[in-house]
Amino acid sequence: MATELLLAASVQGVVQQIVFGIATGGLYASLALALVLIYQAMETLNFAQGEMATFTTFIAWSLLTYLHLPFWLVFPVTIVLAFLFGVLIERVVIRPVEHAPVLTLVLITLGLFAIFNGLSGLIWGYVVRPFPSPFPTTPIFIAGVGLSYQDLGLIGVSAVVLVLIWLFFSRTRLGLMMRSAALYPQMSRLLGVRVGWMLALGWGLSAAVGAVSGMMVAPITVLDPGLMQSVLLYAFTAAVLGGIDSPIGAVAGGVTVGVLLALVGTYVPHAEDLRLVFGFLVIIGVLVLRPGGLFGRAHVERV
Amino acid sequence: MLGANGAGKTTTLRAISGMVKTGGSIRFGGRSIAGIAPEEVARRGISHVPEGRGTLAQMSLLENLQMGSCLRRDRAGIKRDLERVYEYFPWMPQRLAQPAALLSGGEQQMLALARALLMRPRLLLLDEPSLGLAPTVVQAIFRIVQKINEEEKVTILLVEQNARSALRAASRAYVLEVGRIAVSGTGEELARNEAVRRSYLGY
Amino acid sequence: MLAAGGRRPIGWGVTGFLLLLALLGPLLVLGKFQTLLLAYVWAFAIAIVGLNLLTGFTGQISLGNSAFMAIGGYVTALLVTRQGWSPLATIPVAAGLATVGGILLGIPALKLRGLYLGLATFALAISSPTLIRHFDTLTGGSQGIYISGAGKDPFGLVESGQLTAEQWLYYLGLVILVLFFLFTRSLLRSDVGRALRSIRDGETVAVANGVSLTYYKTLAFAISALFAGVGGSLDAMATSYVGPDSFDVTIALALFVGAAIGGLGTQWGPIPGALFVVYSPIYAQQIFKGRPDIVYGVLLILIMYVMPQGAVGGFYRLLGLRGRLRRQVVAVPELAVASPLGPAAVGAEDAPREAP
Repeated sequence: MATELLLAASVQGVVQQIVFGIATGGLYASLALALVLIYQAMETLNFAQGEMATFTTFIAWSLLTYLHLPFWLVFPVTIVLAFLFGVLIERVVIRPVEHAPVLTLVLITLGLFAIFNGLSGLIWGYVVRPFPSPFPTTPIFIAGVGLSYQDLGLIGVSAVVLVLIWLFFSRTRLGLMMRSAALYPQMSRLLGVRVGWMLALGWGLSAAVGAVSGMMVAPITVLDPGLMQSVLLYAFTAAVLGGIDSPIGAVAGGVTVGVLLALVGTYVPHAEDLRLVFGFLVIIGVLVLRPGGLFGRAHVERV
Repeated sequence: MLGANGAGKTTTLRAISGMVKTGGSIRFGGRSIAGIAPEEVARRGISHVPEGRGTLAQMSLLENLQMGSCLRRDRAGIKRDLERVYEYFPWMPQRLAQPAALLSGGEQQMLALARALLMRPRLLLLDEPSLGLAPTVVQAIFRIVQKINEEEKVTILLVEQNARSALRAASRAYVLEVGRIAVSGTGEELARNEAVRRSYLGY
Repeated sequence: MLAAGGRRPIGWGVTGFLLLLALLGPLLVLGKFQTLLLAYVWAFAIAIVGLNLLTGFTGQISLGNSAFMAIGGYVTALLVTRQGWSPLATIPVAAGLATVGGILLGIPALKLRGLYLGLATFALAISSPTLIRHFDTLTGGSQGIYISGAGKDPFGLVESGQLTAEQWLYYLGLVILVLFFLFTRSLLRSDVGRALRSIRDGETVAVANGVSLTYYKTLAFAISALFAGVGGSLDAMATSYVGPDSFDVTIALALFVGAAIGGLGTQWGPIPGALFVVYSPIYAQQIFKGRPDIVYGVLLILIMYVMPQGAVGGFYRLLGLRGRLRRQVVAVPELAVASPLGPAAVGAEDAPREAP
C-alpha cells in the first residue's frame, strides 16, 4: 500500500489534484459566500441555498434542452432569473417573519429546503441527466502537468464571480447600503435605507451566486435533484471553517475544503465516499474547538 | 427640548423619526407622518442623529459620510456638500480611511452631524449631542450646531440635558415633564426665568 | 400535559376511550393497508416522542435523529436476515446501539447551541446515507437489505393465522408506544424532567442551580436516540426493507415537522404529529405525486407563521388553558416568541452587532 501511495503521490499528480481542489473549492467558496451574505444580513443560515441552486440549474437545463439556446446565453439568463427568484422568496416567504428569532427563520429555510427538493423531483423527475460543459475537454499542459480546461474554467468563473461580488460591496453605493443595512439596520433606516429591500437584494444575490455554482457543478457530475446536497454540505463546511460571518473566510474556507477533499479523496485509500462524513467531522470539529472559524468572530451568546 | 431623565425627550424624537409606534398625530410640512416607517420619514427630509450617535463603527469615516448621501443622485451636489463638511470639520480629510470606531467621542459626534448634513435635511433631530463629551468639545459642538442652523438653514430640534448652553442657542424651547410640555417659550425667556430655571433646569 | 395537581384536559375517560378504539380498530374496522399505515404511525410517534424530549423539553435542536433510526433499522435488518433472529428480539439491540450513537453525538453537541447544533445535526443527516453506502459489505450498500419474515412474531400468532403480519406490527408498535409514552411522562414529572426543562429555559441559570449540563444533555440525546432506534427498527419491519436513503434528510425533517406540528414541549403532541407526517403525503399524492418533501416543507413554514406552538398547543389555547400553555410550551424559548403577529421590536438598538 505504501508503494501505491508513493506512486500516486508524484508531484504532477499532486499538482493536478491541487488544481482540481482549487477548482471545486471555488464552487464551494461561491456557495459559501452566498450563505455568508445571508448570514451577515439575518444571522441565519439559509439551509435552502443548495436546493435553490439545484432548482435554477434545472431551469437552465430546460432552457438548453427545450429552447436550444447556447450555453453562454443561458448562463446569464439563468443568473438573472435566479436573482429575481431569490428576491421573490425573500419578499414572499421571509418578509412576514423578518423579525422572528433566528431559529424560526432557520426552520423556515428548512421548509424551503424540503419544498425545493420535492419541486425539482416533481417537475423534472429523478432521471439522471448529463449537463453540458461549456469548456472543452482537451487537456492543456503547463510545465509538464496536465490540467483540464474544465478545472481552469471553473477557477476562472469562480474568481470572476468573487471579484465582482467584492467590487459590488466595496465600491458601489448600493453595496455600501447593503453592508450598512446588514450591520446596522436601525441606523441605516434613519439614513433612509429601505432595509427590507436590502435584505431582498441579498437573497437575490445569493441565489444568483448559487445559480453560478450549480451550473458549474452540474457538468462535472450528473444533474438530478440531489445535485447540490453534497455541495451544500461542503459549503457549510467552508463557511464554518472560514468563519460564518466572514466573506473572506468563505473563500479561504472553500478553497481549503476543496483542496483537502481532493487530496483526501485521492490519496487516502477508500476515502472517496467518506468525503461527506469528512465534511461533517470538520464542521463539528471547528464548531466545538474554534466556533469563530479562521477569520470570523465567535458568536457571543447573550444570557 | 429639555427635561429630566425619563421625561420623554428621546421618545419624542423617536416618535417623530418613526422608530416607535405612536398614537395621536404627527405632522411635518403639512403632511401626517404618523405610522410611517423610519426610512420613509428620513426620505421626507427628517434626519435623526440618535442618542449615542449611531456611528457605523466597522465602516470607515468616508463610508459613514457616504451613507449620509446614499439616497442622493446629484454627484456634483454631493461633492460640494462634502467640501462644505470639510470646512466645518477640517480634520476629516486626513482620516477618511480610518474605521469610525477609532474616533474619539467628540469626533464621532461631529461625524454624525456631518453625515446628517449630507442628507440635506429640512429638519435635524439631535439627541443629546453633548453626552459624554468634555466641556471644551461640547462648546465646539454647540457652536457648530448653531452654524448649521444659521448657515445651512436647517431647522434643528435639539434634545439636551445641558440646559444652559442649549438655551443660548435656541429660538424656541420646551420643557418636558412626564411626556407633556410643562413650559415653553423662547430660549431667552426660559433662561431668564428664575422659577423655571430652578424647578426644571436645575440651576 | 397532565401536570401534577392541575386540571386534566384530556381526562382518563377520553384516554381510555381512544385506547379502546386503538385496540379494537384493526380487528374490527381497519383493513390491511390502514393497519400497516398506523403501524408506521406508531413507529414514527415513538421517534417523535424521543425528539420532542430532546428538542421540546431540553431545548436541543436535532435535525439528525434520522441517523439513529437508520441504526435501529439496519440492526434489525441485519440480525433478522444474517443471523436469523426473531424481529422482536432485535429491538433491544437496536435500542442499545442507537443509544450509543446518541451518546457519541451528545459529546460534541454539549458545546453547541441553537443554529450551530442544528447545522451539525443537519450535516449528520446528510452524510449518514453516504456512510451506510460506504460500508457496503455490511450494509448491502446502495441496494439495501430485504427483510423476509419481518412481520413474524415469536409467539407464532402470525404463522398460525390468528393475526396478520400488519396487525402484529400494529399492536407491537402500539404497546411500545404506550410504554415509552408512560415512561416519558413519569420522567418529565420527576427531578430529571425539571432539570431538562431548566436547561431549555436558560442554561446559565440551570448551571447556577446546580444542574449538570453534561449529564442531562447527554441523557436527553441518549434517550431520544434510543427512541429513534426503536422507531427505525419498527419502520424496517413494516417496510421489510432498509436502504441508505430510507432514513435520509427527508425523514429527519419529517421527524421535526411531526414534533413541531403536535407542539414542541407538549406530551401528546407526537401523536397527531406522527399522524400528519404519515398521512399527509398520502393525501397529497394526487397533487404532488407522492413527494412528501413538499408537504413537510409547506407544513413547517405554515407552522412557523401561524402556530409556533403547534396544533396541540392551539388546542390547549382553545380550551382556555393559557397559563398551562405558557408553562409547558415554551419549548425552544425563541420559538415561543416567534409569532410574527406580535409587535416587532421597533427601536431596538443595533448595539450587539457593532465592533467594540
